[in-house]
Amino acid sequence: MTSMPAATGIVARDVCKSFGDHLVLDKVSLAVEEGTVLALLGPNGAGKTTMVRILSTLVLADSGSMRIAGHDVVTDPDGARAAIGVTGQFSAVDNLLTGAENLQLMADLRHLDRQAGRRRVSELLEQFDLTDAAHKLLSTYSGGMRRRLDLAMTLVDQPRVIFLDEPTTGLDPRSRRTMWQVIRELAGSGVTILLTTQYLDEADHLADQVAVLDHGRVVAEGTPAELKRRIPGGHVRLHFAGPDLLRSAARLIPAAGPDQDRLVLQVPFDGTAGSVRELLDELHRAHIDVERLTVHTPDLDDVFFAVTGGHVSAQHDQGPTPQGAGR
Amino acid sequence: MTTLAYALSDSRVMLRRNLKHQLRYPSMTVMLIGMPIVLLLLFVYVFGGQLGAGLGAHLGRHAYLDYVVPGVLLITVASVVQGTSIMVAMDMTGGIIDRFRTMAIARASVLIGHVLGSLVQALAAMGVLIGVAFGLGFRSSAGVLEWLAAIGALALFGLALIWLAVALGLAAKSVETASNTPMVLLLLLFLSSGFVSTATMPTGLRQFAEYQPFTPVADTLRGLLSGAAIGDHAIAAIAWSIGIAAVAYFWAICLYNTRRAVEQR
Repeated sequence: MTSMPAATGIVARDVCKSFGDHLVLDKVSLAVEEGTVLALLGPNGAGKTTMVRILSTLVLADSGSMRIAGHDVVTDPDGARAAIGVTGQFSAVDNLLTGAENLQLMADLRHLDRQAGRRRVSELLEQFDLTDAAHKLLSTYSGGMRRRLDLAMTLVDQPRVIFLDEPTTGLDPRSRRTMWQVIRELAGSGVTILLTTQYLDEADHLADQVAVLDHGRVVAEGTPAELKRRIPGGHVRLHFAGPDLLRSAARLIPAAGPDQDRLVLQVPFDGTAGSVRELLDELHRAHIDVERLTVHTPDLDDVFFAVTGGHVSAQHDQGPTPQGAGR
Repeated sequence: MTTLAYALSDSRVMLRRNLKHQLRYPSMTVMLIGMPIVLLLLFVYVFGGQLGAGLGAHLGRHAYLDYVVPGVLLITVASVVQGTSIMVAMDMTGGIIDRFRTMAIARASVLIGHVLGSLVQALAAMGVLIGVAFGLGFRSSAGVLEWLAAIGALALFGLALIWLAVALGLAAKSVETASNTPMVLLLLLFLSSGFVSTATMPTGLRQFAEYQPFTPVADTLRGLLSGAAIGDHAIAAIAWSIGIAAVAYFWAICLYNTRRAVEQR
């Protein structure tokens, strides 16, 4: 059970939700402390979007309790709504308006006074590099521009809590970097952020805490570093000049796995410098020359496969699929 | 600001959004306003000679023009509400509605924006149509009071059909469906006293025509604009308008509160 922080940030306890007889969320508990970033990581169909829709007052949970910035989502939805900003997976922009008009619409609906509204609109256009396109209709916007506008619209009233549902899905690498930059800046300014992603490196880069969701359950949680420590996936790869050297090395180190084609020996490794020195000393004493050495530390990929049982589930429980499929 | 002040402010913002949409989607606006004009020309110049003769001896095209204007005004209403239904469905199938739902705004303001926007559009379209009708030689015996009463009756009936169209737009699974269902209204209008007297219809059809909403509204308008007897048609027209508006309003609010924009995952 996660500890309950003060009446700020996001706290969800034992959230359950079924659609028909399909259990989408099974007692999910999350806590995001104020000013931190939590990444909800999981494959398609894990329940990430449903969780965001429940926390952002769009869908009612079947059971469980949820508080956003101190407001109960069920009994005081408008209180929660006033504190949050949501950027969903599907672009929530008005296609028949210009970029500036979209932002102005948000300023008006947030009841900013005329002057403050205008100032905020031009600030955001500037911040999101949309000033040149401000008075163009959205039909002329690229995917990256729409996503930036979408996020800018979320930020008009400077919400204290932000939900980002797969904020970079479908973006080109450059737009993705820009989006990451923006999210980091927001986090730096003390905003509480819950983001969902199916990209492991995204969670690694942006999140203070990661919760791995699979089939509607939280199967692992912790900081990215803690999660990586939990699995022993690290190894050293030794590259040799010829097959004879590889064979001798493999005889010397029985725990290793040789790759005859690439002339590589993969040796399990606990992450300490001492173990590398010992390994190299042993090979040196046996007069086996190592051409090159690379170190592989476990990343969230390894964590992900380890905690989800080594498979990425497809949309509707189609059972195990080959490793890496669907990503 | 009070809750009511916020609700008014939100509705005004949504109305402005809706009016901007009409300007940004001119092809639809022109189509919705233009179609009744084309039909007016068709009725007067293609059918008018013969249908006018049916109104009485020595009467012709001009008499039929005077007769058919109320019917074409109702075509205008039916045409505009088709646009309402499309616009509502476009909103509901897009992502923006989810954004509105996660904001602390008056929940009905989205729908009220559509309703008021459509009402403005309907009144403008009817203004254009009356202008064209006068250009073609339409003459009315109505004074200021009768004109105001006619505009009031059209606005009230228009409001009823607009709420109905909002509900149809909310109920539609796609924009295509939303664009097709209001066609039923047009069919209903043709089976009324909008274009020919119900007395000329075969018995079963006549009975249907006499007891459906378009007939009392068309007869009330005709009475106000040309001085024909109105009788209890006015009461029936008002009753139908209020009845349809009330049912459609509650249906729409119910649909709006339960329907989700994007299918659940």
